[in-house]
Amino acid sequence: MDGAAQLSVTEDEAGRIALALEGPLLVSTVGPLDRELNALSQEITAIDLSGVEEIDTIGAWVMCRLAATHEAEITGASPRAKRLLDAVENAGSDAAMTPPRVPVWKRVPEALGELVFDMRAGIIGVVGFLGRVLIGFGSLLRHPGRFPVKAMVHQMELVGVSALPIIGLMSFLIGIVIAQQGAVQLEQFGAEALTVNLVGRITLRELGVLMTAIMVAGRSGSAFAAQIGTMKLTEEVDAMRTIGISPVEVLVIPRILAATFMMVLLGFYASVVAIIGGAVVGQFALGIPFFTFLERIQEVVPTYDLWVGLIKAPVFGLIIGLAGCYHGMRVSGNSEQVGLRTTMAVVSAIFAVIVLDAFFAVFFTEIGWG
Amino acid sequence: MDDTLHPRFSGNPPVVVEGLENKFGDFAVHEDLSLEVREGEILGVVGGSGTGKSVLMRSIIGLQIPSAGDISVFGRKITGIDPDQDLGVRCRWGVMFQGGALFSTLTVGENVEVPLKKFFPDIDDELRREIARYKVLLSGLPEDAIAKYPSELSGGMKKRAGLARALALDPELLFLDEPTAGLDPIGAAAFDSLTKELKETLGLTVFLITHDLDTLYEICDRVAVLADKQVVAVGTIPELIETGHPWILEYFNGPRGRAALSTHQRGEQG
Repeated sequence: MDGAAQLSVTEDEAGRIALALEGPLLVSTVGPLDRELNALSQEITAIDLSGVEEIDTIGAWVMCRLAATHEAEITGASPRAKRLLDAVENAGSDAAMTPPRVPVWKRVPEALGELVFDMRAGIIGVVGFLGRVLIGFGSLLRHPGRFPVKAMVHQMELVGVSALPIIGLMSFLIGIVIAQQGAVQLEQFGAEALTVNLVGRITLRELGVLMTAIMVAGRSGSAFAAQIGTMKLTEEVDAMRTIGISPVEVLVIPRILAATFMMVLLGFYASVVAIIGGAVVGQFALGIPFFTFLERIQEVVPTYDLWVGLIKAPVFGLIIGLAGCYHGMRVSGNSEQVGLRTTMAVVSAIFAVIVLDAFFAVFFTEIGWG
Repeated sequence: MDDTLHPRFSGNPPVVVEGLENKFGDFAVHEDLSLEVREGEILGVVGGSGTGKSVLMRSIIGLQIPSAGDISVFGRKITGIDPDQDLGVRCRWGVMFQGGALFSTLTVGENVEVPLKKFFPDIDDELRREIARYKVLLSGLPEDAIAKYPSELSGGMKKRAGLARALALDPELLFLDEPTAGLDPIGAAAFDSLTKELKETLGLTVFLITHDLDTLYEICDRVAVLADKQVVAVGTIPELIETGHPWILEYFNGPRGRAALSTHQRGEQG
């Protein structure tokens, strides 16, 4: 494998150039030789390969190309070299390596237009999917025996019970941060005692449910999309249909119901844990005893704050479940789609939840639940 | 095989496996497995599902660290070397995985360029592109496939593109994992003849895992049978049948085995 091929150039009486090569013509040594050959300016009429002991297809290719550009004749090739030369002779091509690039001024408007069309198709798709879910739900109500209780309980465990530790930790820390940071600001007005109001109202009305929704979207919405998407890829969903089982009834409805129910429970749980976090800060940093903090919560937080949170939670759960299942069912083709659809499920769920939360905030204030 | 045609042959077996043992937890896939691949042959590797054909291949190419045993490739011991390290022999073999395992962000042509760029950076860009192009065509793909991305190719075309990448460096040793699985019979036969042709023109040694009885009859010089955690027999198909091993008899004398044999015989007479 060592030593590049040696090149010798001879000129005969008629001024024609003959090239003789010696040594190995292999992929490992052909780089420098190729540059040397490209540097030759004279017209070559003959290429002598009798001194070449080793050759592979890449060496043969370089010789073939050289012969073709100079219309030279190859002589002295060993049987093996001849065979390789024949093999690569007709394989030349000048096709491009990459598909042609569309210029920016065409690409950007095109992508924008596609985005608009995709959005339109997406909205129609989601509404259609919601319709299918409602029809499936209706047929389940007419045949309650078919209701997938087991699957729903299993999903409730995955969405709800397994999420307790992480959501608990998150809410506890948020409660601590709100109480501690709120106290620092309120202290400037000598209103430290109002920290209780701050923690109680903001967690029950907004943050408890909102943060839980984001967490559930990341944990379970993505799982829904990935699970159903993988089932679509392995044709499990198609197999169900051919047996006469509705994938909406078996896969989608249990997940959506589980997300809807569990969001209510998790949202309430998160608010309570956040208040406990606030009370811990009250005990150690603000001089408000733990149980006094909790009693004050009952006095300063109106009951409708709890209702605001509890009404929002199932709607958010529905959106998360719907987005996860919709994107899962839309997977088709290859495994790349699963990742793409999972991301889309989480992003669209969180986006919809935050937009809807803004609407809810205005709505509840307008009806006097401010 | 005319040895004078292939000066790269050294006379030593390119792959030697001795006493190989592979364990997953308590479950042993291989126990005291030994195998030798001879120069210039197409060795077919067969065995029931789960007998560890792919694990054997992965062990030889250094992706699976065996629990015990020695594996030498081109006379160099590769066991006990970290899989991510350069084994020193990687530029001398080519591997085609079952699904092609093409890099999905690169076009077919760029896929073939990758090993050339890695091992021989002193080749000019223009020459490297030319090499990639003719390798793709040599693997039996049409010209317009060069600029396509793997996601735009059919299963059979992906396999051919995988083969083109495996052949990029003109390897001496080629590993093929179920090259004809999932191909239609015409495509499978074409792939078989392509393998045979490449082996003869390039002087390749081929390690070929297959379930395809036609492939075994048509192009394999020898067949190694994996059963009972070992290579129970290696030889030509008549030699294998003579051993009388029950699995081998069932494999080659079953309805599919007989059908493949009669096709092969008809082919030889015609």
